[in-house]
Amino acid sequence: MKIAVAIDGSENAMRAAKHAIMLAEYLPRVMLEIIYVQDFGKAKDERLLAQSPESLALKREQKIHPILAMAKESAVDAKVIMLKGNPSQEIINYVNEKKIDKLVIGSRGLSSLQEMVMGSVSQKVLKHVECPVTIVK
Amino acid sequence: MQNLQQQWFGNVRADLLAGIVVGLALIPEALAFAFIVGVDPRVALYASFTIAVITAFVGGRPGLISAATGAMALVLVSLMADHGLEYVLAATILTGIIQLILGFLGVANLMRFIPNSVMLGFVNALGIMIFMTQLPYLVGAGTMTYVFAIGTLILVYAVPRFFTAIPAPLIAIVVMTAIALFSGVKLQAIGDLGTMPSSLPTFFFPDIPLNFETFKIILPYSLALSIVGLLESLLTSQVLDDMTDTPSNKNREARGQGIANFITGFFGGMAGCALIGQSVINIKSGGRGRLSTLTAGAFLMFLIIVLGDLVVKIPMPVLAGVMVMVAATTFNWGSFKFLRSAPRTESIVMLITVGIILYTHNLAIGVVIGVILSALFFVAKISRVTVMKNENVYAIQGPLFFASTTKFIQAFDDVNEKQVIIDFENSQLWDESAVGAIFKVVNKLESKGIYVTIQGLNSSSELLYEKLL
Repeated sequence: MKIAVAIDGSENAMRAAKHAIMLAEYLPRVMLEIIYVQDFGKAKDERLLAQSPESLALKREQKIHPILAMAKESAVDAKVIMLKGNPSQEIINYVNEKKIDKLVIGSRGLSSLQEMVMGSVSQKVLKHVECPVTIVK
Repeated sequence: MQNLQQQWFGNVRADLLAGIVVGLALIPEALAFAFIVGVDPRVALYASFTIAVITAFVGGRPGLISAATGAMALVLVSLMADHGLEYVLAATILTGIIQLILGFLGVANLMRFIPNSVMLGFVNALGIMIFMTQLPYLVGAGTMTYVFAIGTLILVYAVPRFFTAIPAPLIAIVVMTAIALFSGVKLQAIGDLGTMPSSLPTFFFPDIPLNFETFKIILPYSLALSIVGLLESLLTSQVLDDMTDTPSNKNREARGQGIANFITGFFGGMAGCALIGQSVINIKSGGRGRLSTLTAGAFLMFLIIVLGDLVVKIPMPVLAGVMVMVAATTFNWGSFKFLRSAPRTESIVMLITVGIILYTHNLAIGVVIGVILSALFFVAKISRVTVMKNENVYAIQGPLFFASTTKFIQAFDDVNEKQVIIDFENSQLWDESAVGAIFKVVNKLESKGIYVTIQGLNSSSELLYEKLL
């Protein structure tokens, strides 16, 4: 069974990841896939807010690392899926293509202003993925 | 790095489509940048065409979109006002030569010395200045002006929610221009301020006296243009490297920018550089190769020649509305968070860079002072040397160099032991001043009858110490 959790470094995504790990703990033979999408829409601002390309890579690593550590602590098999592009579109494509059995996602991500303009990622994903979805508040 | 054939034909279908999208996205800004400088729209449109086409061949970052830009336009404003178009073209040519030389000298390697606090200051000041340039078209021109500008803004932000294949600014311009034409509202239009090109640009030599006087006028502008253009181009290259996970040749990009500006000046175009916004649109739309940049430039020119008569009907408030969005996207809104969380010196560098640019109206001066300031802060930061005393062992912590020796020497002002050990285990000697300072301390102590032992020098420090003493 494949459980996926989409994360973006926000508090909300952290709670989603905790929930996904909890689910994985109760299931036999389960693989947890941690999906992180590098948002093309934020490419410029991310570069400007990081000291150098290397520190940018570190910042991304810091978003994923705690979740990977949590999974390891709970003895859950986990792997990281790094994608690039439009977050909702990439998550939808991946989950549908790889036949993920369950997706866990936070209800809102990093920027509420952007979600107001662009629409929420979780809502879009919920509408278009073919598997059961758990939205974590 | 991919070979040339892959860079051109590795992604043909997506490159052509993305190039068309970018070609569309280039038009509104090219028009607006022309009005910022105070030149005919032709000067910016020709520039966007030639720069895009030339950098497609000679640039170092496949998929990068270069054209007329706001940053370069803002540098040119006063040259245009004081001396006219021919000098703008001459400055563009000289900029090309300077950038080409800098590219050969490896200027891209200096990019490491420009901290992100300076780049943040640069883009924030740029955003603010672009916004300011639009105010004359918006303020005090009647209610309908506000209605059309705000209508445009709403469309620009709302359309991408439902539809992303065509750039939202273009949809907004088409819709709002149609509304203006059919409702018969009287608004200032692009045609009232300038003429559109109806043919391809042609080669000619700028009509300027070829003497030292001319050179003296254009050199400061060309230097500023070179710095601004290279900064934005190399920053954009880095963003695209990150988005595509592919490396690029930054010095080749610098030379490419130079060649493009050099030629553009002879074809009646103003200086340009890479556009962050349009380059990101290109990658988002699937563009990866050189063909996307070529398509963008060629399609832009095709549209202008075919649709020139319609373009002149675009109302200025609509164009200004689009530019307010461009200004808002240029501005880095994460900067407010940066100011709260970054080290204080970095915040100061960012704010001072913005302040100087807004005060001098010169992006290049702001960048240069920002870099100098951050270098000074850095030296101050690493020049902290502490001396930990444990019985008769003085342990030195921190690098010893010209800026940090004073504190080191002061630490040995009143020593009472008969025998002391100076431990350099956690230090590093960097230069003559460091060795000189040690020499001075040892001499001073020995003259007081204190026996001094030096220990823990690492091998490179030891080497320097022995070489100089």
